[in-house]
Amino acid sequence: MTKKKSYTWVVAAVVFVVLAVLPFVLPMFRVSLIAKYMCFAIVALGLDMIWGYTGIMSLGHGVYFGLGAYVMAMYLKLEASGGGLPDFMTWSGFDSLPFWWVPFGNAGFAFAMVVVVPVLVAVVIGLLTFLNRIRGVYFTILSQALAMILSVLLIGCQQYTGGSNGLTDFDTLLGFSLDASSTKLALYYATLAVLIALFCLCTFLVGRRVGKILIAIRDSENRVRFTGYNTAFFKVFVYALSAAIAGIAGALYVSQVGIITPSDVAVSPSIEMIIWVAIGGKGTLAGPILGALLVNGVKTFASESFPDLWSYGLGLVCVLVILFLPGGLMSIKDVPARFRAWRQAKSGGAVPTPELGEEGGQA
Amino acid sequence: MAIFDTAGAVLAPPAPATDAAEEEKPALLSIEDVSITFGDFKAIKGVSTSVGENEIRFFIGPNGAGKTTMLDAICGKNKVSSGRIIYKGEYDLTRMREYKIANLGIGRKFQAPSVFNGITILENMELAAAGKHTLYSTTFKKLSKDTEDHIRYVLDFIGLDSKKFEYPTRLSHGEKQWLEIGMLLAESPDLLLLDEPVAGMSRRETEHTAELLHKVKDECSVVVVEHDMQFAKDVSDKVTVFHEGQILDEGTMDEVSKNQQVIDVYLGRGGEA
Amino acid sequence: METILMQVFNGISLSSILLLAAIGLAITFGLMGVINMAHGEFMMIGAYTAYVVQNLFKDSPAFGAYVPVAIVASFVVAAALGLVLEKLVICRLYGRTEDSLLVTWGVSLILQQAARNIFGASNVGVEVPEYMMGSLQIGGVYLPYTRIWILVIAIVSLVAVYVLMFRTRWGRNIRAVMQNRQMASSLGVNTRRVDGVTFAFGCGLAGLAGCTLTWIGLIGSGLGQNYIVNAFMTVVVGGVGSIFGSVFGAGFIGIGQSAFEFLTDASMGQVLIFVCIVILLQFKPKGLFETHNRSLED
Repeated sequence: MTKKKSYTWVVAAVVFVVLAVLPFVLPMFRVSLIAKYMCFAIVALGLDMIWGYTGIMSLGHGVYFGLGAYVMAMYLKLEASGGGLPDFMTWSGFDSLPFWWVPFGNAGFAFAMVVVVPVLVAVVIGLLTFLNRIRGVYFTILSQALAMILSVLLIGCQQYTGGSNGLTDFDTLLGFSLDASSTKLALYYATLAVLIALFCLCTFLVGRRVGKILIAIRDSENRVRFTGYNTAFFKVFVYALSAAIAGIAGALYVSQVGIITPSDVAVSPSIEMIIWVAIGGKGTLAGPILGALLVNGVKTFASESFPDLWSYGLGLVCVLVILFLPGGLMSIKDVPARFRAWRQAKSGGAVPTPELGEEGGQA
Repeated sequence: MAIFDTAGAVLAPPAPATDAAEEEKPALLSIEDVSITFGDFKAIKGVSTSVGENEIRFFIGPNGAGKTTMLDAICGKNKVSSGRIIYKGEYDLTRMREYKIANLGIGRKFQAPSVFNGITILENMELAAAGKHTLYSTTFKKLSKDTEDHIRYVLDFIGLDSKKFEYPTRLSHGEKQWLEIGMLLAESPDLLLLDEPVAGMSRRETEHTAELLHKVKDECSVVVVEHDMQFAKDVSDKVTVFHEGQILDEGTMDEVSKNQQVIDVYLGRGGEA
Repeated sequence: METILMQVFNGISLSSILLLAAIGLAITFGLMGVINMAHGEFMMIGAYTAYVVQNLFKDSPAFGAYVPVAIVASFVVAAALGLVLEKLVICRLYGRTEDSLLVTWGVSLILQQAARNIFGASNVGVEVPEYMMGSLQIGGVYLPYTRIWILVIAIVSLVAVYVLMFRTRWGRNIRAVMQNRQMASSLGVNTRRVDGVTFAFGCGLAGLAGCTLTWIGLIGSGLGQNYIVNAFMTVVVGGVGSIFGSVFGAGFIGIGQSAFEFLTDASMGQVLIFVCIVILLQFKPKGLFETHNRSLED
């Protein structure tokens, strides 16, 4: 138990230190890429809370990432247009800003909405589903449809959202040029700070009784309910928490990448988010961070060198990891023990199989 | 017999004990004309009974008689089609959500042992322990000293104190049953609902369970669904015999085992192994 | 009046397409508990098979005969690949629903990329034979023959699935294995073979669905992606585990979506039908035709 905890901390600490040092050794455009991966790592962290710990597989977290990103993008867009009308609205023939766009010109309001909007949507969806016992695969499929719906809506309401081109062409954030190296570096470290802070928050939560309740819900939700906990409420909480985390990640993402489109928030990217968690090792907090960083790092590398092979590579890794390394990268340390057990079992001796990844293990 | 006790009667002042052969205790739980249907199938047809304070009641009867369905109705797992289930004279359980029922001090053990494999044995106990079950308290509050002492006492009693930092996956089937019973005790319940608690236990473990039930009887009432007739004989104050969704007879084990109908539909077949 | 009739037909037509896409899922997902995210890619495989068959008949005088050949071929090819997938991968994933989703998603990536490498990145189309062109005219309403054919094929597939599942020994074995694997095995059913054949059958049906889609649209590597989410929703609305629930699920979504799209626009139509599904699940959290059981966790 304590050994497992310290292992997670060691992995996380190494990752954080490496991330903190990288800007000193890498060229600026690489640093921006890594900042992007960190945003994904933040999403993965939130997903791990709801999937890895609570056992609720959401295939629609692109929605919350997207909401955070779009809210932020609205602010950036208004700042770029200097109080005027954003370019795409002029093309659509608007002559004044839609009333609900207006408050997003205020930085404070927009920053608050980055968290508030995803949380509100998540609470509504969560109440509608968890309160009425829509769960398991039913929830998974619904959440997937939710991702599809958001992208359809964003494309459909082109005059308000920029349609399939998304929102892009930003200039400044709080007056600082987004192209300046100093701004980029500041955003990089801000992202890292958010990542570390949220990692600490999640670690705190899973260490408390509330974290044990989440794991217990994963194991047997009805049993938790008959023990006297309002499980629906706990599920809404963790769903909203992960939505808030995804929203923050989205806002950081759009500030640094400079564009958000409906295809960034649709079904496929949402599933990819789950894949990062699975490959890193669900239920470990450090694993999903590692998974998101590595998968995206390799993705960039592969798409630069052999663009065709990337899909094969990700597909194959996905199949192999789930089949042969269900605990993800974080369980690599257990492989020798498992291999020994497997060899012994094969040679006929009835050997007790070592208990692996109880905390992270399969739900 | 208190079969037709109503909530009103429970709240009435205790009748002066004059010629009553046995002392009438106020009912903790009274089931009033409850029917339960699944689609077209009537699983429970107009059942009424009541369970007194500090009573150990057994529900017996052939498979499919509706015993487990009745337990499910009490703890809120099944919806009741008609009738009421009144607890402590004031709560109608048929209108409450499961977790609220559990927080009223009603603990339920299911047939298959169900403990939480992802957390340690101690954490299982802490989770079950009484106290506020809100998000705030589970995030920021520690368990009280009394609760911790109680958990330690129960762990000791069920013999799992030395394994409390391990995960339940390492426990044997019997130990898991015990852990689950321990979790129920940690809740400090007023009413325990046990579904086949000794199924799959050895004779010695069964006796251990009987001993435990006699002990907890001082603090709460227990309703047990069980096929083990010897166990029922040893432990029960009263038994209710279910047959095809209705009550066939009710009384002490000795009384019902003389009832010809009961013998015909159930006991005559030697109980059900 | 005519507009209404037209809309009803559109709804039924969309329902039949959804049903074709979903009925294979109802088997692999509903019965076997495998969330096959590559189901859409098996539709794509069926579509490309139809395309290849059509090319073979291109200059033949019997061009019209390619349709029945393509129907059979798309089923067979998709089923064969489905069998391979089951033997290699899926067989390790029974009882691991979430993992099956992730693994088959990986498989779908590979299949899409393979399609791009084999057939190129741009979309292709097939030529519809003469006897399927044109429309049936009822009053002032024109019903395209291709859509009528799709409706007919959907109904035929449904009947075939019904007969296979409930009227043959083979179907009984499948249902037995899916309900209680160990029991069926101890009664002498070869569960490994039943698993393989059932999964292949589900994939074959996806291939068939893909074949029919070639008559109403272009074929590309992303073909299946357009249908997969709605196909899963169809099964969920109908009730996982109930094959014939899917018929009602397809009807609900197909007719509802057409109606909403007619009343508002294409994107609002999808949003509104999603809202309706969420509302429906409030009352029927396990779909229209839920399967009961008594265990603590279901």
